[in-house]
Amino acid sequence: MSAAVVPGDAGRGGLRVRDLRVDTREGVPVIEHLDLDVPAGRVLGLVGESGSGKTTAGLAMLAHTRGGLRIAAGSVVLDGTDLARLSETELRQWRGARVSYVPQDPTTALNPALRVGHQVREVLDHHESGIAVAERWRRVQAAFEEVGLPTDEKFMRRYPHELSGGQQQRIGIAMAFVTWPALVVLDEPTTGLDVSTQSLVLKTVRQLTDRHGCAAIYISHDLAVVVEVADEIAVLYAGAVVEQGPAAELVGRPRHPYTSRLIAAVPDLDGRRELKGIAGAAPSPDTRPDGCRFAPRCELAIDDCTRELPPFQDVGQGHSARCIRAGDVRPAEVRDRMTQAADETPEPLLVVEGLDAGYGPTHVLRDLSLVIPGGSCVALLGESGSGKTTLARTLAGLHHQAAGTLRFSGEDLPFGSHARSRAVRAAISYVFQNPYSSLNPRRTVGDSIARPLRVLRGVDRTTARRRAAEMLERVYLSADYADRYPDQLSGGERQRVAVARALISEPALLVCDEITSALDVSVQANIVELIDEMRHELGLTLLFVTHDIALVRNVAQQVAVLQGGAIVEDAPTERLFTDPAHTYTREMLDRTPTLAS
Amino acid sequence: MTERQDISGWEFAEPEVRATGRARGLLRNALRVRRTQVGLVITALVVGLAVVGPFLAPYSETEFVGRPLAQNAPGTLFGTDYLGRDVFSRLLNGGVSVLILAVLCTLLGVGVGLLVALVAGYGRGWVDELLMRISDVLLAFPAIVLALLFLAIWGPEPWAIVLTVGAGHVPRVARVLRAAVLDVSSLDYVRSAEAMGLRRWSIRFGDLLPNVTGPLMVEAGLRLTYSVALVAGLGFLGLSGLEADQADWGLMINENRTGLTVQPWAVLLPVLAIGLLTIGTNLVADGIARAAAGIERRADR
Repeated sequence: MSAAVVPGDAGRGGLRVRDLRVDTREGVPVIEHLDLDVPAGRVLGLVGESGSGKTTAGLAMLAHTRGGLRIAAGSVVLDGTDLARLSETELRQWRGARVSYVPQDPTTALNPALRVGHQVREVLDHHESGIAVAERWRRVQAAFEEVGLPTDEKFMRRYPHELSGGQQQRIGIAMAFVTWPALVVLDEPTTGLDVSTQSLVLKTVRQLTDRHGCAAIYISHDLAVVVEVADEIAVLYAGAVVEQGPAAELVGRPRHPYTSRLIAAVPDLDGRRELKGIAGAAPSPDTRPDGCRFAPRCELAIDDCTRELPPFQDVGQGHSARCIRAGDVRPAEVRDRMTQAADETPEPLLVVEGLDAGYGPTHVLRDLSLVIPGGSCVALLGESGSGKTTLARTLAGLHHQAAGTLRFSGEDLPFGSHARSRAVRAAISYVFQNPYSSLNPRRTVGDSIARPLRVLRGVDRTTARRRAAEMLERVYLSADYADRYPDQLSGGERQRVAVARALISEPALLVCDEITSALDVSVQANIVELIDEMRHELGLTLLFVTHDIALVRNVAQQVAVLQGGAIVEDAPTERLFTDPAHTYTREMLDRTPTLAS
Repeated sequence: MTERQDISGWEFAEPEVRATGRARGLLRNALRVRRTQVGLVITALVVGLAVVGPFLAPYSETEFVGRPLAQNAPGTLFGTDYLGRDVFSRLLNGGVSVLILAVLCTLLGVGVGLLVALVAGYGRGWVDELLMRISDVLLAFPAIVLALLFLAIWGPEPWAIVLTVGAGHVPRVARVLRAAVLDVSSLDYVRSAEAMGLRRWSIRFGDLLPNVTGPLMVEAGLRLTYSVALVAGLGFLGLSGLEADQADWGLMINENRTGLTVQPWAVLLPVLAIGLLTIGTNLVADGIARAAAGIERRADR
């Protein structure tokens, strides 16, 4: 309770990693040349896209590797002890006690059969069995209090499934900090959480590291989140750190082209920076090029770049970059966005009136009304549980249990897709959130894309195949992708295929349900660019469902904010951002992490 | 237009990430598993024996060649059976019926089971409920008891054996495959097909069936094993669906078990044949199951 009991082991040495390398069993390096210093009480942000090796690097800080990998060289020195040299038995005493880990997904990380209080106490039972049980319970209570959870008996006796995602993640954090460790590794702890919960969790992490004087590594793919919490940032690309420096400095004055492009791919809440993706994809461990790994995707690349892995160059106080052209890297352009003037009075394409929808006895949408003007992009903004997916699915004919009226192009629109005419089904297309489950793994890409054309437009096989190939090129994939299967494609490529499948029937309305939330930021930017381009070229009307308020500013002309199954604010994008009318919108705006801070 | 320039170069810039080769067909993957290879060799040996056997047999299956139950009657390899017929010739002749019946039972059981699973796993509530409750009731009876009951009514005709043994498989196969269908039908590509307004049956065969082939193959292998055991078991009880003097592995065991101590070959050989066949098909089924698990893992990454 009182601040006096907080143990702040003075004189802790922090973490010092030198030349760490993690190999696969075949000897292919996954992480190379990793040097990190995290003094006690500081937070290092480790940023990278999927496949960059950030989780592998994070686990290596605990001298742990996933199956098939091993620490091949280097040292992980914590408080003067090299963890990489310890035996398994010794490591078991360190892990959980001196070094701890907060995994990404709390729903699978917590034991569903253990009450949460007990679950946290278990760590102490194991590592601090010397102290009395009553004292351990007091420690658990203190840990709960520190992460902002109730400390009463009743809450302690709950099971993980009785808590919200944010509360579950705070249990995970309490577990990590309850033994007062010297190092905590947090692996994307806020990825599945809403912005409001996310900002609370970030504050908690910051407070705890300050109070306990412990070093922390915060792993994330999202630069905007990392800037909120970290003192220093290291940017990881294809298994090596490419740039490292103080957080504000690195984001404000990036000196590696990759960092600079990564910043450009983060949606800007102020809407002053244009959203821009990075062409291409990061190489996998066995296809990494010689020299600078980013060279094949880099606009500044010269011949010298491909010769050898560039050494770190000092480019500022405590700021270094692995780039021989570091001096030529310019921060992402800040320029006034062209404000796309909406047509004066576009005809409404879709009108929703008094819509009620739910599952069994549960009401998800209540008396919802919404007008989608033709030719524009309307964003549907809401946090998880707001009913945004239910609304999107109802419009697409995938949710039947609904009442109210839908009017599409002036005609009444029935709820189920079976009740709709072929022409209407072709005119409303849907792109799903997760490209890993929206494509049939046993169908070739070309087959999947051609299918709506054959089913909805009655086109014969050969013509459909030809049109599918054309469509692939339109979404910037080559036509020979048609013969591939989804498991040969990266996430971004799959989502392009899903977009191609949705567009091939020449729809008037495209419903995009969180289509970028399963993707990396650079890929997200690419997909958003693609969708925007398609909208202009094909005269599409878009309903862009998302939880990301910053993204909204970059895609939509009009925003409908959904909360608890009702639309609480519906306004043109610019007005929503400059003059939000509803408190909920304002809260969301305040809590969204931004690079500009 | 400038946007277009910005992201052009997509085709060549994108290296072949994760192009680890598409999941080569399930069977090809299964063939790489050691136990499948061993199982296939064993199965092929026994099946080969049963199929080619009738042409190689030194004597007719009904010919008397010596004293009954003689271990080393002249001119025979493994002696004579309880009536004095050549054990080896009867072994070579007695496999075909078991094999054909077992395969037919499996096809019937797995085929109908799959249909039930596709209807129940991707259907409206009450149909699913009805089909599954019926299968619960059927599951309460041991397969052999059901088979005996119906064979007692219809007599040991081959079609009756196929029907009863095959029908016994249906609820078990349906239960397993329904779970697989249920899993697949919650995925977005099925939603996507629904949004196109496709008929339920074309979704069942176009989207669901190709994605449950893993468990389907496993079930087929497993059911074949059980069918062999059941058909041989029925043969042992004299319900082989054959003429009285025709050879049958199950029947051979029964006929000659009284002379087990005097002439063990007459029992041992058919036991070995059935045993090896069961082990072989079981190994193959297990290998396919392992390969299927591997494919599934790759898919949900």
